[in-house]
Amino acid sequence: MSAELPDPEALVRELAERMRGAIAADAALVGVYTGGAWVAERLHRALGLATPLGVLAVTLHRDDFGRIGLHRESRRSQIPFAVDDREVVLVDDVLHTGRTLRAALNELFDFGRPRAVRLAVLADRGGRELPVAADFTGARVEVADDEELVLSNENGKLRFAAVKRPE
Amino acid sequence: MSLSSKASLQVGPDGKLKHLLTTEGLPAELVRHILDTADQFVSVSERDVKKVPLLRGKSIFNVFFENSTRTRTTFEIAAKRLSADVINLNVGASSTTKGETLLDTVWNLQAMDADMFIVRHSQSGAPHLIARHVKPGVAVINAGDGRHAHPTQGLLDMYTIRHYKKDFTGLTVAIVGDVLHSRVARSQIHALKTLGVPDLRVIGPRTLVPAQVERLGVRVFDDMVAGLKDCDVVIMLRLQSERMNGALLPSAGEFFKCYGLNAEKLAHAKPDAIVMHPGPMNRGVEIDSAVADGRQSVILPQVTFGIAVRMAVMSMLGSAQ
Repeated sequence: MSAELPDPEALVRELAERMRGAIAADAALVGVYTGGAWVAERLHRALGLATPLGVLAVTLHRDDFGRIGLHRESRRSQIPFAVDDREVVLVDDVLHTGRTLRAALNELFDFGRPRAVRLAVLADRGGRELPVAADFTGARVEVADDEELVLSNENGKLRFAAVKRPE
Repeated sequence: MSLSSKASLQVGPDGKLKHLLTTEGLPAELVRHILDTADQFVSVSERDVKKVPLLRGKSIFNVFFENSTRTRTTFEIAAKRLSADVINLNVGASSTTKGETLLDTVWNLQAMDADMFIVRHSQSGAPHLIARHVKPGVAVINAGDGRHAHPTQGLLDMYTIRHYKKDFTGLTVAIVGDVLHSRVARSQIHALKTLGVPDLRVIGPRTLVPAQVERLGVRVFDDMVAGLKDCDVVIMLRLQSERMNGALLPSAGEFFKCYGLNAEKLAHAKPDAIVMHPGPMNRGVEIDSAVADGRQSVILPQVTFGIAVRMAVMSMLGSAQ
């Protein structure tokens, strides 16, 4: 079934073309750990943006903390620019329920008040549970309801896989 | 109480933390989990908005049967940065003087829907007693009981050592001073052994070193210079003023001469050794100002890391993990 999944590296190039000229010259890209960070890194290079790349770890704002607790990880958000009054483009690999993006917005606003926030995603698989929409989308991807669309990074090469969700 | 029953009281059958009562018997994996989780919270305290919503809607009761403004405040800050509601009770001054028992006090607070108790008590074992009697899902953190344990202090010290030294398995660590009365020292010794410190030393006059402390796997030195030789970490303990007047010590001045840390004695440790102290310090009694404020001192970072470690413990106890 993963044969039908698109090539993420090609999607990154298409996404970059859609974003070129459509975002502010001083806009900042911020990738959501971990898949979004890989995508943001590539977009940042392709677009040649001057503002340094940021990354967000959203675990501290997740809404399922009470059920599953904290993941054990040492990832931290790194925002190496002033957020106030800047256009920020959040970048994620897969847009699904919208809950990760809700958490990412909360995390971002802990660093300041951006002028505007856009959303770029490599793949939109539908299934939204919150009113979240992407401004830039690489592709719409169909996967079964009981599957997760997962981006992996093997030796610097991005690849999509559809993985059965654990019960 | 045996070691294994303590472990089961604070660690569930699934290996998750239910209460934090002591570092004794706390599995190394769980200690590392707490330190890794604390990493995330160090950055929270560095931002504009020093708050995350993990414990929103939870009620945390600081129940201090023995007064300690400093420790209570660090727990309060940690809980507030996790968005919990914090209620401070100085119980020593109210209920107990009216004759209420420890458990009645706790059951009353539990009836107010407390989710977590932070307990300090002058009697060793009081937090264990409370942990055995609270409802399932209610967590107890020991904030210091008698001479027994002060696990969050022990863990923040482990965080500090890991931050500066990375790996425990090649370290020489010395704990200096009044080990006999120190719950901090006990919590440190258990945690350091669990994390695999190969050379752990205790330095102090025989009157202030517990009998048979060697059983815990430490080497005892009554000569400070010999004990400090080639140490990577020097942990000074607070000499409580009430001890100075007793029969255990001749005088504060005499103590400083033999066991106070000054630059000259510190020179026997490794050049990159770090100096720690749980606070509050007695300058000129256990530590010289030049060392306390010197380049090897990490005493203030300990305080900062302490908030993150307490946030980590509280967040782990406040969720299903």
